[in-house]
Amino acid sequence: MYEIRFHGRGGQGAVTASKILATAAFLESKWVTSFPFFGTERRGAPVTAFTRIDEKKIELRSQIYEPDAVVVLDKSLMKVVNVTEGLKSDGVIIVNGKTGDLVEAGKYRVGYVDATSIALRNGLGDPSHPIVNTAILGAFAKVSNLVSLQSIKNATSDTVPSKKKENVNAIQEAYEETELN
Amino acid sequence: MEAVQSSRRIMTGNEAVATGVKLSKVKVVSAYPITPQTTIVEKLADMVANGELDAKYIEVESEHSAMASVIASELTGARSYTASSSHGILYMHENLHWAAGMRVPLVMSVVNRAIGPPWSIWGEQTDTFNQKDTGWMQVYCESNQEAMDSVILGYKIAENKKILLPLMNMLDAFTLSHTSEPVEIRDEKTAHDYLGDLDLDFKIDYKNPAGYGSLVAPDGPFMEMKKDMRDSMYNAAGIIREEISNFNNLFEANLPGLTENFMMEDADYALITAGAISSTAKYTVRKLREKGQKVGLIRLYFYRPFPGEEILKAVKGLKGLGVVERNVSYGQRGPTFEDVVSALYRRADVPVRNYVVGLGGRDIRVKDYEKMFENLVEGDNEMEWINVGVK
Repeated sequence: MYEIRFHGRGGQGAVTASKILATAAFLESKWVTSFPFFGTERRGAPVTAFTRIDEKKIELRSQIYEPDAVVVLDKSLMKVVNVTEGLKSDGVIIVNGKTGDLVEAGKYRVGYVDATSIALRNGLGDPSHPIVNTAILGAFAKVSNLVSLQSIKNATSDTVPSKKKENVNAIQEAYEETELN
Repeated sequence: MEAVQSSRRIMTGNEAVATGVKLSKVKVVSAYPITPQTTIVEKLADMVANGELDAKYIEVESEHSAMASVIASELTGARSYTASSSHGILYMHENLHWAAGMRVPLVMSVVNRAIGPPWSIWGEQTDTFNQKDTGWMQVYCESNQEAMDSVILGYKIAENKKILLPLMNMLDAFTLSHTSEPVEIRDEKTAHDYLGDLDLDFKIDYKNPAGYGSLVAPDGPFMEMKKDMRDSMYNAAGIIREEISNFNNLFEANLPGLTENFMMEDADYALITAGAISSTAKYTVRKLREKGQKVGLIRLYFYRPFPGEEILKAVKGLKGLGVVERNVSYGQRGPTFEDVVSALYRRADVPVRNYVVGLGGRDIRVKDYEKMFENLVEGDNEMEWINVGVK
């Protein structure tokens, strides 16, 4: 079983990202669950969401405490939330930011991508509210090798209500521009 | 009947429920939104608005009125549905008795949410355990698949003329309602043929006016009607067993019986759970079995009628049984514990313990179930509150 935790802020699409990732793995015949840690929904407040992926039906329904991967949609969260808490020592972390933004990166396989610029370039959201959830999944596909880039694109097309082409472009660009550390 | 064509999709528990309503050819929906039920009724409102569901959607100002509306619409012969949660269910309580007492075979989904104060929007089953004596059948779902299937099966059972009692199907808040997972969507035509149209022998008919629920003197049929309700609920267990088996054959589904026995053969110690909290319990049982511990789980799918016979059979040979409550009662043990002990009274010799977990949405982890299994072996007979006062 592979467990992923998403950190974002209300309005950035962390919950949708967790669902798109689950859908991508589902398209590859895996069993999946995806769920938010549901706080009081406010734009800008820290949001956590989770995805589990396994070959067989998933029974575990608690929150994820020792993730295999962490995805950070907003780097400013790293000042208020311990995003690497419980992350397995060989874990993966994807940060929407530039190389070096994660201070204690040494132990982990880290992918950096400027998902904000990519989202804005593709007309996803506006400068005060960029929608980075699809771009960051392009980076996830590159760093994790868990699901294919094509499955992420297909799942995104299935899930997003509009701007399908723009979202798929953002995923491709993020995949190409992700820096591994 | 045609072969079942099925297809699998990822959906939340609330989406699964709304799809189950659509597959049940419901004609009237009336509901008042409340977190975490809201997305069920939003989805249904969308389906009615875009023509996917040929039904009337009645907006109301409260849950009490929502229940009053669907009682009335069902009495005209139109299959009706509502959904609620937490304080909404409490506000509806009076009309829950009216629905059951008037023998209206409604189905309602309840997303189990804590009761305030203090205020909480998270999961807990106290809201519906408080309704166990209203004459409604109760089903606690473990997965989104069951959430969908229980709506369709629910109408079949509720509308059975030997039963004619309403049914509520429960989903744990967020753990099912807002969790996405794969669900097999049942074939629409097969579901429609399976249920047919609602056929009530008594209907409101403006050409032949009649009174319903009027005053009955002490020597009138009041007590007889209550006894008939009790008998119908009691006898429903046998019909439900058959109907679940029919449902599974027709839809290639995998619903349990009134209960599910998980790794119970040769078990020494077992827990009893209801709802989606059972999944993590199963995960724990599997883990402890790998370490050689003979443990198992009994899951309550139906809670009303209470599956006493199933439990009696399952506990044979156990050295200890733990009843897990995700609800709270004051001044006595938990309601499930009382029901289990009553079912086993003078018929089984097994020590029974009682655990309270997961109130106000507190996460229930593998280590919590491990602690319960440890306590079953070593603990005293006090009611244990799990993961309380520890950080």
